[in-house]
Amino acid sequence: MGYKTVVEDGIDILVCGAGLGGTGAAFEARYWGKDKKIVIAEKANIDRSGAVAQGLYAINCYMGTRFGENNPEDHVRYARIDLMGMVREDLLFDMARHVDSTVHQFEEWGLPLMRNPKTGAYQREGRWQIMIHGESYKPIVAEAAKKSADMVFNRVCVTHLLMDESKENRVAGAVGFNVRTGNYHVFKSKTVVVAAGGASNIFKPRSVGEGAGRVWYAPWSSGSAYGLMIGAGAKMTQMENRIVLARFKDGYGPVGAYFLHLKTYTQNGMGEEYESKWFPALEKMVGKRYLDVEASHLSHRPIPTCLRNHAFINEVNAGRGPIHMVTMEAFQDPHLEEIGWHNFLGMTVGQAVLWAATDVDPKYENPELTTSEPYVMGSHATGCGAWCSGPEDLSPPEYFWGYNRMTTVEGLFGAGDAVGGTPHAFSSGSFTEGRLAAKAACKYIDDGKAEGIRVSDEQINRRKEEVYKPMEHYKLYRNEITAGSVNPNYINPRQGLDRLQKLMDEYCGGVTVSYMTNEKLLHIGLKKLKLLEEDLEKIAAENIHELLRAWELKHRHLTSEAVMHHTLFRKETRWPGYYYRGDAMKVDDENWHVLTVSRRDPKTGEYSMEKAPCYHLIEDKQETAEAA
Amino acid sequence: MPTFVYMTRCDGCGQCVDICPSDIMHIDPVVRRAYNIEPNMCWECYSCVKACPHNAIDVRGYADFAPLGHSVRVKRDEEKGVIAWRIIFRNGEKDMNLLAPITTKPWGKHIPQLADAPAPSQEMRDGELLYNEPKYIRFDDGGLHTLEAAGLQLKVGVYE
Ligand SMILES: Cc1cc2nc3c(=O)[nH]c(=O)nc-3n(C[C@H](O)[C@H](O)[C@H](O)COP(=O)(O)OP(=O)(O)OC[C@H]3O[C@@H](n4cnc5c(N)ncnc54)[C@H](O)[C@@H]3O)c2cc1C
Ligand code: SF4
Ligand code: SF4
Repeated sequence: MGYKTVVEDGIDILVCGAGLGGTGAAFEARYWGKDKKIVIAEKANIDRSGAVAQGLYAINCYMGTRFGENNPEDHVRYARIDLMGMVREDLLFDMARHVDSTVHQFEEWGLPLMRNPKTGAYQREGRWQIMIHGESYKPIVAEAAKKSADMVFNRVCVTHLLMDESKENRVAGAVGFNVRTGNYHVFKSKTVVVAAGGASNIFKPRSVGEGAGRVWYAPWSSGSAYGLMIGAGAKMTQMENRIVLARFKDGYGPVGAYFLHLKTYTQNGMGEEYESKWFPALEKMVGKRYLDVEASHLSHRPIPTCLRNHAFINEVNAGRGPIHMVTMEAFQDPHLEEIGWHNFLGMTVGQAVLWAATDVDPKYENPELTTSEPYVMGSHATGCGAWCSGPEDLSPPEYFWGYNRMTTVEGLFGAGDAVGGTPHAFSSGSFTEGRLAAKAACKYIDDGKAEGIRVSDEQINRRKEEVYKPMEHYKLYRNEITAGSVNPNYINPRQGLDRLQKLMDEYCGGVTVSYMTNEKLLHIGLKKLKLLEEDLEKIAAENIHELLRAWELKHRHLTSEAVMHHTLFRKETRWPGYYYRGDAMKVDDENWHVLTVSRRDPKTGEYSMEKAPCYHLIEDKQETAEAA
Repeated sequence: MPTFVYMTRCDGCGQCVDICPSDIMHIDPVVRRAYNIEPNMCWECYSCVKACPHNAIDVRGYADFAPLGHSVRVKRDEEKGVIAWRIIFRNGEKDMNLLAPITTKPWGKHIPQLADAPAPSQEMRDGELLYNEPKYIRFDDGGLHTLEAAGLQLKVGVYE
């Protein structure tokens, strides 16, 4: 291939992917590393890239400690109950104690935050959410990253991390290609912060054909954060904890503001409240504490998101769908009606397009809801991602190996969706995690931990060959057939994606099987994923754009394999409503009150799985009482 | 589609190509105007629509569930700091104009250059604080939360 090799050497901090996590990392890195070389590699344009490309109408993680609203420990307890106990509480506490400072900065930079005229505090949507006019959220944070970085490489898709050859298990940068020029980019760097986002399009979406891009998480969320880190041999955690969202049907418009601020509610096709009806049976699966409605009411402790999904799914399966959102009452108030529409326009325009196209006016008609296909991510109401070190002053020994948010690969850090066990970080928490990772990365360098890194030309050239192989493969076999896309020697990225989605859906608990799987199915799924891996060696890319899709698919494939292994390992149904292990339909606290940790050996592709202890915040008072 | 480009309005300037997060707005080499090369990877995020200086890009809802005949148009103005939307229903009976602020400050002017901020002390480097903390956490003189200060500890096992 006639593509140039462009080498950027002497980088201190390389940020891979500049969504909310990456922009936070680049911004903060400049403060702790004034003399350091900070470089961003982003596959799109950082002004509008990542999950926040079209904006957000709420910041979902804000304590409001300043207004006496919440403390970090409150948020930890909330996130852990929502995730049925399975979270990294050290990381959550750490994110929560810093997140307000991030939000206050956003306001200073010009992000319009709504205020409650009576209290002067930010306008709450719910206990943790504040409302914003966030159409330009992403361009604003991108501006901050641009002011801090030495260089921003837009349109560079990172395919692999580079590994140090003088010390085992240490990162040394990354490689990728420019989707405009086709050039091969080599970044030699002392540390890398991976913030390349979560994974959509791993499971077959409900939308078909032209609409396949209408998934809840952005179609460009290609699981690259996971693919890059898994490929480098980093340990991952909670990859089984994929998320299913209850959203407005087809458009996947958000429901948060509707429930919390507009005070809308759901009912089944007969106009009945259905949710609580499913709780007694569910209680037998998960135990009483998660479904204690009375206690929830008193303590404002929510019913876990997955359990509410469970009620939804079962009600529909019982033939009492569709589930409706009752908007007709709230929308009679013109102010609330306006908020309802702004909510879409600020973050999911497609939903507004759909209602306009189908003449659904929520003022006179209650719209339908649906449950989505599953997604793999680490910052929403789910916690997939890398197994990372916590901060020095909080973390127990099993969770601490020196540098905050550093993965088990030295010098490799994560932020946002990339970090495992930290659900409910959302946009503000992801940005905050980027800041924490950047500070730790600077410290790592200042401590002399990145000395003597060596990357051979052999490694760089080997990766180059690998990166462009899909284009070579295309050239080689293209002329064996007359025309069209059916070739016995290769599949194209779309065909590969279709195969991946179908098998994940059918064997790993997607939409068409009502989120159900079991050990037998998972074993078959793993076998099919291996076969797909072999075929991905023969994937063909007609041009640079297809090469981008080919690498996105490879990252999605690595992510999927981890999800499949984790789902197989955890022999229980920890999150009914996200997925079910049909052969182990109960929560099993005796054996599975643990975090799951995997590692894929980069040389052999073999997986090893282990259990890690789950630490919880215990109030001192309670401890003392127990001791007495 | 979901996005498409009006032939008579597009001048091939490439702003949409530059901004699309999905890399699907491309310039057609023959007509030298932009088009969506992969509609099934479009999120209807409107980034390209907002970026087009000639309002040449529009959206037609996804064919698998959206009938024809609707319109959701947008105009974003960084100078004025506002975004204006117009939604017209398929039956023409509902026609909404909505306006929202996108920023409260002149664009980009209030983001600090951290290179110019005073360098952090060694104590700060060794501690847990981030830039401008603890002041920015609470805007009072309270420090950073720790487990001890809150009378908390982490304990392995099943909690109640
Ligand atoms: C529809 C929707 C609604 C949401 N609502 C809210 C809300 O109301 N409030 C809230 O606070 N949060 C909300 N969130 C969540 C929030 O957007 C995410 O938590 C946050 O953006 C995650 O940050 P991140 O940095 O991990 O990923 P992202 O912001 O997605 O960034 C990932 C970046 O990596 C880049 N990238 C990916 N692969 C590569 C590669 N191979 N090479 C180079 N670059 C790459 C991407 O282009 C992107 O820029 C919502 C998300 C969605 C999708
Ligand atoms: S709407 Fe978004 S995804 Fe679709 S073409 Fe425009 S910028 Fe790309
Ligand atoms: S931004 Fe508008 S005018 Fe420019 S190429 Fe795209 S569609 Fe054409």
